[in-house]
Amino acid sequence: MKKTYTLMAVIGALFMASNAWATPATDGLFARYKSQGAPGFDAERGKKNWTKRVKSEGGEMMSCTTCHGDDLTKPGKHNKTSKVIQPMAPSANPERLTDAKKVEKWFKRNCNDAWGRECTAQEKGDFLKFLLAK
Amino acid sequence: MQNRFKAAMLAAGLLTSSGAVLAEETFTGWWISPWRHKEVKPVDNKTWKEECGSCHMAYPPGLLPSKSWEKLLNEKALGDHFGDDASLDEETLKEIRDYALANAADKSWYKRSRKIAMATEQVEAPLRITEVRYIKRKHHEIPEKMIKGNKDVKSLSFCNACHTKVEEGTFDNDTVRIPNYPDWKD
Repeated sequence: MKKTYTLMAVIGALFMASNAWATPATDGLFARYKSQGAPGFDAERGKKNWTKRVKSEGGEMMSCTTCHGDDLTKPGKHNKTSKVIQPMAPSANPERLTDAKKVEKWFKRNCNDAWGRECTAQEKGDFLKFLLAK
Repeated sequence: MQNRFKAAMLAAGLLTSSGAVLAEETFTGWWISPWRHKEVKPVDNKTWKEECGSCHMAYPPGLLPSKSWEKLLNEKALGDHFGDDASLDEETLKEIRDYALANAADKSWYKRSRKIAMATEQVEAPLRITEVRYIKRKHHEIPEKMIKGNKDVKSLSFCNACHTKVEEGTFDNDTVRIPNYPDWKD
């Protein structure tokens, strides 16, 4: 009996972890990225890309963590202006990923800044999957 | 009786508001008005605050002339905004641009903006606020260790590191507090 409860709790927690922070905005974005040719999305791949260090146009090695920090539940800091960036994790900052226009705006800017190019629909979807579970 | 009361109210209203209106409307109005504006007009546009303020201080548009804002606030320039991508969608860019052009230093009757307008009149449009001659001169006597060498300031472009009333458009000496140099006085 006890085992069943534990199992249920684990399943419940897993379910929460993958779905708790989904918003209408992210649902819409996933649909958009799918229509742009990305078949499915993977949080693990998103995580890998998030921490991948790439030489950007300025010649500096950068990853998403350069500005957003290693702990997504904590604030980050813009590498040039030192402006505080509110936590990316929806668990710490419920406003995150609730506005599709904003998400797209920052994907465009930040992919260009950190990687020197725009991200693909696949990469953006993976990032969203990864971030939503945080 | 009631009409007279209404007229009196209207007159009182006009008297109290006209000074402020005049102050910005015409040159003579600005010159003689007791409400003559000092300093720089504070930012009063939500989109400007949000869009510019998400990466750096939301500089009041009265710190640069309109020819500078024209160069800075277009699609191509924002794609490479001092090395960063700051691109905006068409609608937002239009609002930001219109706001900057309407409140630029050369369009403002605020005293400090007038000085900036004069200092930039004869020269090519500066892209950085820190390149404005008037602003450079104002900071001339502050030793480098207090700005560049100061870990809590780093550059003249972080106005609000020392100017504590930037939100109100105020940049005068009395409101300056230099981090790590509590005894500084002009």
